[in-house]
Amino acid sequence: MAISFTLNGKSQSVDVSPDMPVLWVLRDTLQMTGTKFGCGMALCGACTVHINGAATRSCITPISSVAGKKVTTIEGLSADGSHPVQRAWIEEDVPQCGYCQSGQIMSAVALLTKKPNPTDADIDDAMSGNICRCGTYQRIRKAIHRAASEMAGKHSAA
Amino acid sequence: MATAPLVNRRDFLKKTAAGGTALVVGFHLSPRAFADQAKDQEEKTPNPFDAWVRITPDDRVTLVLGKSEMGQGVWTALPMILAEELSVDWKQVHVEQAPTNPKIYDLGTGGSGSVAGSWLPLRQAGAAAREMLIAAAAKRWEVGTDTCKAKNGLVVHGHPERSYRFGELVVDASKLPVPNLNKVPLKNADDFTIVGRDTHRLDTAAKSSGKAQFGIDSRVPGMLYAVIARCPVFEGKVASFDASKAKAVAGVRDVFEIKTSGRGASTTGGVAVLADNSWAAIEGRKALEVKWDEGTAANESSEELRKQFLANASKPGGVLRNEGDADAMLRAASKKWEAIYELPFAAHVCMEPMNATVHIRPDSAEAWVPSQGPQWAQAVIAEAAKLPPEKVTVHTTLMGGGFGRRYQADFVMEAAQVAKISGKPVMVLWTREDDMQHDFYRPASYHRLEGALDGEGKLAAWKHFQTSTSIAAKWSQKGADDPGLGEFGTGATIPYATPNVRIEYTLAHSSAPRAWWRSVEHSSSGFVVESFVDELAHAAGQDPLEFRLKLIGDSRKIPQFGEGREDNHPLDTSRLKGVLRLAAEKTGWDKPLPKGQGRGIAGFYSFRSYVAAVAEVSASSSAFKVNRIVCAVDCGRAVNPNGVRAQVESAAIYALTATVKDSISVDRGRVVEANFNDYAMIRMNEAPPIEVYLVPSAEAPTGIGEPTVPVIAPAICNAIFRATGKRLRRLPIHNEDLA
Repeated sequence: MAISFTLNGKSQSVDVSPDMPVLWVLRDTLQMTGTKFGCGMALCGACTVHINGAATRSCITPISSVAGKKVTTIEGLSADGSHPVQRAWIEEDVPQCGYCQSGQIMSAVALLTKKPNPTDADIDDAMSGNICRCGTYQRIRKAIHRAASEMAGKHSAA
Repeated sequence: MATAPLVNRRDFLKKTAAGGTALVVGFHLSPRAFADQAKDQEEKTPNPFDAWVRITPDDRVTLVLGKSEMGQGVWTALPMILAEELSVDWKQVHVEQAPTNPKIYDLGTGGSGSVAGSWLPLRQAGAAAREMLIAAAAKRWEVGTDTCKAKNGLVVHGHPERSYRFGELVVDASKLPVPNLNKVPLKNADDFTIVGRDTHRLDTAAKSSGKAQFGIDSRVPGMLYAVIARCPVFEGKVASFDASKAKAVAGVRDVFEIKTSGRGASTTGGVAVLADNSWAAIEGRKALEVKWDEGTAANESSEELRKQFLANASKPGGVLRNEGDADAMLRAASKKWEAIYELPFAAHVCMEPMNATVHIRPDSAEAWVPSQGPQWAQAVIAEAAKLPPEKVTVHTTLMGGGFGRRYQADFVMEAAQVAKISGKPVMVLWTREDDMQHDFYRPASYHRLEGALDGEGKLAAWKHFQTSTSIAAKWSQKGADDPGLGEFGTGATIPYATPNVRIEYTLAHSSAPRAWWRSVEHSSSGFVVESFVDELAHAAGQDPLEFRLKLIGDSRKIPQFGEGREDNHPLDTSRLKGVLRLAAEKTGWDKPLPKGQGRGIAGFYSFRSYVAAVAEVSASSSAFKVNRIVCAVDCGRAVNPNGVRAQVESAAIYALTATVKDSISVDRGRVVEANFNDYAMIRMNEAPPIEVYLVPSAEAPTGIGEPTVPVIAPAICNAIFRATGKRLRRLPIHNEDLA
């Protein structure tokens, strides 16, 4: 049965089992491997995508539930890594192994969309679902503040 | 300033790259800069190259590197070293992963050894290529080489300045004689413009855009995805299985058994479910019915293991070190102190679960493996495929964490076995549960420390008994007879001066797989040594920093204790004192803290580096919180200081997790914990700020991936003691332990 949705701004249709998680449709059916598998239980956040703009764990989201909706993945944030959050990640040298960072960035973008000037407590709330085993948390925090500044039109000092 | 060369003989290889000409310089990286190891390596193979520098006419400089990037930053730090010596614009440098070649030995990444082992060879290779380019330019200008200079990818000469781009010179340079590596002039450190500067990492953009390809992202036309049902009990086997329901799951293509493999790769065997996609394989396995032959390990448990520990501790252990007479001193002492410390099994938990993609054809094989030991991966694939290793192409991918886990070849062997039977390209991927329950754990251990002070408050005797499920017993040919010195690491070389020291070890039996976890034996030794010396400090009524400095004593170099070891990396007590003092100073050690807060300090030498940490905690009889961790680090010259700080931050969070979160426990011969709900990780809202201070150093770089781990647990427990008077000796620690 074909399930149709919008993926990174383009129409997409897949013919898979309706209970196949969005994560695996992305990674295996569509060969878009930017979204990662970490736990399969929505505990680690590596699989985070946006469904109609909301940060969602794709490993437990059946594909049938996104029919007619807008799905955004890490690949859809920008064509060239120029999203302010991505730029902040680069300026702050956030990633180490990098495996969790697609999910971290997607959660951060969703946070900044809802709260353009997040406090540290806001960051805790929004980002504590995303595990980083390499321990880049304080750099993620700094990069979120940096991106917030930039997106607000102020240029933060290096 | 060049130290003595690490390798006696080295040849240069000059060849033309396909489709163009290039200057190519090959050289050997030694993973650990031990002269005896290098000599041993030389004798093993005639062609000792595992890295190449390639310069092409378009001025592109490529470092073809036999080291794995797992987040530790070698992908950036190593090219920095090359760019510096070659005198090339940093932006011209690119990195390629080296092919895995069975004639090139020791392509392994670990032991915090990549930068340390590459520092001199990479500089020598870069300098040699630079000199050849200068010679080529000088010849064209018909001037002396001493009137020419290399800078920013140019060779320049004269006033007004004439120049050639490196790219213009490569053809000529490749025809010139190769300078003697041992004599090639190296850049003066005062002239460094790249090494020592904070540098943005080369792989960040790819890792921030979803473009970075990890092992689990390998996609090969026609590939199948497989998961393996493994006996949950250690060393258990398949008795029988019924695949009918599994095969009925949509997308499942095949189900078959794979056998246990040899000791080296140490797999359990199991039943493989192959499917069109990962999810179908996972669902297929859920429908698979397997009867297990659990074997004798089904009797093992954490409780049973602890009984072994207690029984072992009631008798003397095998003596590993004995100077003076610690036993007599302790018997005679009017006051002696004793403490028991315990650490559990710990899991690696790489964010990217284990996986390997293998394709075995009749005459060749190809694999995509996130591996810290690609040659081992190549060897097991060759064994499974019944092919010579030269016919096996292993592509080392990026990996989502390594921490020592990806050195093992078990997950590669399984994939090779599945690929051999299938004939198709197959990715064997592990779920988080697979990864958690079929890890090679940091050993569980039990320690008894005993100490006495003399009339001057110095250390009169130090005795350390340990019993553990050693790594060596799992891997060593000697098996249970192995005396286990490796389980102490530099904990057997305590920096605290004493005439009477005794170190004993008794092996405890466990079927649980064990191997190298970030900082290996130092993770337990650091906790034990730095907790016990803190207890002695309190007993002596002294400040923990001052007590340590006093007990460390005079500035001296202590050879690392180990039999038959040609030790050229002794513990330099002045450097250890340096990091203790720096960490204390940066924390504001003398500033009083409000009631309910405490500071603890710990310092340790491992992987040739010195790290001290001060933890600040809030603690009561019902809860504790780590507020701040300050680290002082002496790892020699920091190639990329930003990268060094990142490694310290990383190891601190890794160690914090093991200190305050969960342990791996065993019940009925199986690991109980399965996912992040029962083996939890530190998250954003629990991560204290980590401050890192680097000791400026002109010493050659030493390790930094691991050395922070040993000091975190003791610094935290020492801080909790200062805040509450409660001494915690068993990891992990929880709020309930403070009652």
